[in-house]
Amino acid sequence: MNFQTTIGLEVHVELKTNSKIYSPSPVQYGVEPNLNTNVIDWAYPGTLPTLNKGVVRDGIMAGLALHANITKHMHFDRKNYFYPDNPKAYQVTQSDTPIATDGWVEIEVNGKKKKIGIAEMHIEEDAGKNTHTGQYSYVDLNRQGTPLIEIVSKPDIASADEAVAYLEALRQRIQFTGISDVKMEEGSMRVDTNISIRPFGSDQFGTKTEMKNINSFNYVKNALEFEEKRHQQVILSGGTIAQETRRYDEATKETVSMRSKEGSEDYRYFPEPDIPPLDVSDEWINEIKGEMPEMPGERRKRYTNDLGLSDYDAMVLTQTKEMSDFFDEAVKDEADPKRVANYLMNDVNSYLNDEQVDLQDTKLTPANLAGMVKLITDGTISSKMAKKVFKGIVAGEEPAAYAKAHGLVQLSDPKELQPIIDDILANNQQSIEDFKNGKDRAVGYLVGQIMKQTRGKANPQVVNQLLMKSLNAQ
Amino acid sequence: MNFNETNITNLHNQLVNGEVSATELTKESFKQIKNTEDDVQAFLTLNEDAALKQAAALDQAGIQDDQVLAGIPFATKDMISTKGLRTTAASKILKDFKPIYNATVIEKLNQAGSINVGKTNLDEFAMGSSTENSGFKQTKNPWDLTRVPGGSSGGSAAAVAAGDVLAALGTDTGGSIRQPASFNGIVGMKPTYGRVSRWGVIAFASSFDQVGWLTKNVKDNALLMEAISGVDQHDMTSANRSVPNWAANLDQASVKGLKIAVPEEYVSDAIDEDVREVVQAALKHYESLGATIDTVSLPHTKYGVSAYYILASSEASSNLQRYDGIRYGFRADDVKNLEDVYVRTRTEGFGEEVKRRIMLGTFSLSAGFYDAYFNKAAKVRRLIVDDFNKVFEDYDVIMGATDASTAFPFGDKITDPTKMYMNDALTIPVNMAGLPAMSLPAGFSKKDGMPVGLQIIGKPFDEQTIYNAAYAFEQTTDFHKKNAKLGGQD
Amino acid sequence: MAEKIDRQEVKHVADLAKLSFDDAALDKITPQLEEIIDLFTDLQKVDTDGVEPMYTPTTEHNVMREDKGVQSGQRDELLANAPETHDGLIKVPAIIDESEDGE
Repeated sequence: MNFQTTIGLEVHVELKTNSKIYSPSPVQYGVEPNLNTNVIDWAYPGTLPTLNKGVVRDGIMAGLALHANITKHMHFDRKNYFYPDNPKAYQVTQSDTPIATDGWVEIEVNGKKKKIGIAEMHIEEDAGKNTHTGQYSYVDLNRQGTPLIEIVSKPDIASADEAVAYLEALRQRIQFTGISDVKMEEGSMRVDTNISIRPFGSDQFGTKTEMKNINSFNYVKNALEFEEKRHQQVILSGGTIAQETRRYDEATKETVSMRSKEGSEDYRYFPEPDIPPLDVSDEWINEIKGEMPEMPGERRKRYTNDLGLSDYDAMVLTQTKEMSDFFDEAVKDEADPKRVANYLMNDVNSYLNDEQVDLQDTKLTPANLAGMVKLITDGTISSKMAKKVFKGIVAGEEPAAYAKAHGLVQLSDPKELQPIIDDILANNQQSIEDFKNGKDRAVGYLVGQIMKQTRGKANPQVVNQLLMKSLNAQ
Repeated sequence: MNFNETNITNLHNQLVNGEVSATELTKESFKQIKNTEDDVQAFLTLNEDAALKQAAALDQAGIQDDQVLAGIPFATKDMISTKGLRTTAASKILKDFKPIYNATVIEKLNQAGSINVGKTNLDEFAMGSSTENSGFKQTKNPWDLTRVPGGSSGGSAAAVAAGDVLAALGTDTGGSIRQPASFNGIVGMKPTYGRVSRWGVIAFASSFDQVGWLTKNVKDNALLMEAISGVDQHDMTSANRSVPNWAANLDQASVKGLKIAVPEEYVSDAIDEDVREVVQAALKHYESLGATIDTVSLPHTKYGVSAYYILASSEASSNLQRYDGIRYGFRADDVKNLEDVYVRTRTEGFGEEVKRRIMLGTFSLSAGFYDAYFNKAAKVRRLIVDDFNKVFEDYDVIMGATDASTAFPFGDKITDPTKMYMNDALTIPVNMAGLPAMSLPAGFSKKDGMPVGLQIIGKPFDEQTIYNAAYAFEQTTDFHKKNAKLGGQD
Repeated sequence: MAEKIDRQEVKHVADLAKLSFDDAALDKITPQLEEIIDLFTDLQKVDTDGVEPMYTPTTEHNVMREDKGVQSGQRDELLANAPETHDGLIKVPAIIDESEDGE
């Protein structure tokens, strides 16, 4: 029997706002436990939420970036459940009127392009953090109230590869809006999955199993592939799939059933009475559209059509907004785009890998990279010298000054080079003879002598020109 | 000194002229509390040291002419958050809870220089109509100690009626200011939803709750209401509207030509005859003052109680989930695991009525019942509001009884929750619509001699018309001059 | 249309609300809830076809706060009010149920 697979993904993205969604406490990481909390975050009796305008704006921007329809009239809802990291014992979310609906992203798997639909996206609050040790749990409410966008896919994803491609596309587009870091390893992007299989041609979905909070793209792929196979084996051996939540064990690369709760959860959603309804005007949507950074697809088009980069180069440069912004900034002042691209993709990337840092956290600036590339293009430094100058610019040095201070400047002035050439020729009559007899090797020898004499600083191009002129004049 | 025989304007003049000091007024309040408290049991916590300190500071600085409320003692329903001063909602689950912030109304009154003498008793989490549901004590009606003071703001109403203070803050979710005002022969005002900030007011049912005042007379009430009203950045549902000078405008108050609608449901047979008589006499008095009276109908009134108990209990079930024994307040002893913390804390910490409402609300929102209960009630709520809107197209105010009876004896209804719930039938619809409404002393029952309140309901944000109508009545009658047996005794 | 509440349903609702009722308490509350919910069935008589449900009387719209972070400075007071704390964290007896339902 052949099966077809249906995968659903719910992605939580943490927003980089200054304050929490319903309280003015700062959103900030790595601070003392419970430092960024107030009476609202602790759900003190009598406290009320206040809605952060920045979160609504970011939600609209995410909706636009994912080609979704922005909801014009919305309200918030309460989702009720008890947990120590959920102080009100309800989460304020959007269930009836998500901020955006009906979007899509395009993915490419094995050379085939496909649109994956987004059913809806809503804004809501994150919970605090619980740590368990032995007989006790410990609660830190710093994260409580951090704004989240939850993005729910349509049942369009048919394989683990498509799921990962979808997540990549989502991550990239959100990243380019600048509203979130979207880093799975840091928890600013979190993925819940569900999967079901059914016989080909059947119009009824199979029973779903869910997996929550998988924290890398690789694990998502492995977990879904494992589940897909498990479903097939269970069904082919005459069994039935139980609707349940399973956990992916990273060590064994298997999924295991989690103890299921008695009965299903009953969240008792109802409209949040403490937050008045919200109307989103066309003016506001247009304003946000105007603030929307250029998306990766458009940037790729610009890089290939206007700047003459290859498709591959354009793709690599648009992996992150930081890289792409850096590139745009570096080439805007007439630095050679191809050279800038090559440096970013090779030297800069290996530097980032070696140092394990992000581009925005280094001392390298677009102006300094552009400056170095211009020094190469105008012959002030050689490619070889550039390797040394690069060490300077990643340490924050200005390239021209650095090159000069370290003697990394090519001799390109004919007035300085001609006497040296004359001198070398005078001492190498045999080579002149060889040249006249058609032995090209003689030229290489003479260039080598000149380079030796100048300790490698002579500009090879200029040397070549002057040497040929002198030889032909002999 | 007798708070029942004076008013804020008089006291203010005396304070400015130095005839009396804030310290003397504050001491007077505590003296009266000590005289009456054994019988009335209105207070849960007294704020004596801080109040006297505040009064001394005021006396030191001197009270200026424009500080109308400076040095005036008031009491606060223990449903309102007071920084550093125990705030319990009359629940064991908050038995020793000391808030670390002030409600906006308390901040505003502090700024005005009013003096909070203490926290008054109530039905636990304001759920009840007799204050018998308090987790701590039974407040008695100063007019007759064998009767309830009403509820849920029973402690506040009793404290004013007993002459302990000139005014007390209450909250009104389904009648909790108006009904006790009626039972205690005082003025109780529930303003329009959104008029007063709810920041720091312990939530019972968020879309119904409003803060208001219980006072001996209409003008004091208007003065105090001005001080606590207005938009607040902490409460998104607080109304972004200017606050009129209600009290100053009273001097031109006249009811000549006022169009009064009297819903037949508010004077029907379901209302005790002695109450109806007082209400009819009051309406006659309005006619004699030049107002016109027509009988109208609010046909969905009879569904108000059901819709209210579904919606308010649903909101309450969610609002009260935060009392879980984890971050503040009571945690049950010897808890072994998290489930124990939750279940034992809540089961031991909440009283019977609160648990009943939590159960009702949780049920109404639960899977399979939401549409038949919660959402159906929300639709009926719209119909109740439409009834009001229709009447207000043609009339200025609506009048009728505040409550179907006078203050009832202890134990009369507490064993029968349904009977107790029906008690709020005439006050609930106002909260459904978020309208402003007052209970005004209108006379005394021929049957038992207890006070009877007249309910005056206004258009949204038209508190002025209510105050004007009430003032016109008060200035031409003597009912408000009669004091409770316990009140006014030096 | 509306259904009755029985002892079993009362127990289920109590679970959701994190309350417990022993047998005596169940004997008392079940008929009370039954009676009240019976009163609620009144509402089924009202024709609400095409009626928009009303969840709040507020007339406010689009109330939002600018995105500015404010440190409360209340950490110590908040922790002091908690029944049990440890190193700046709120301490709670462990969750025996291992399932991680954090959302």
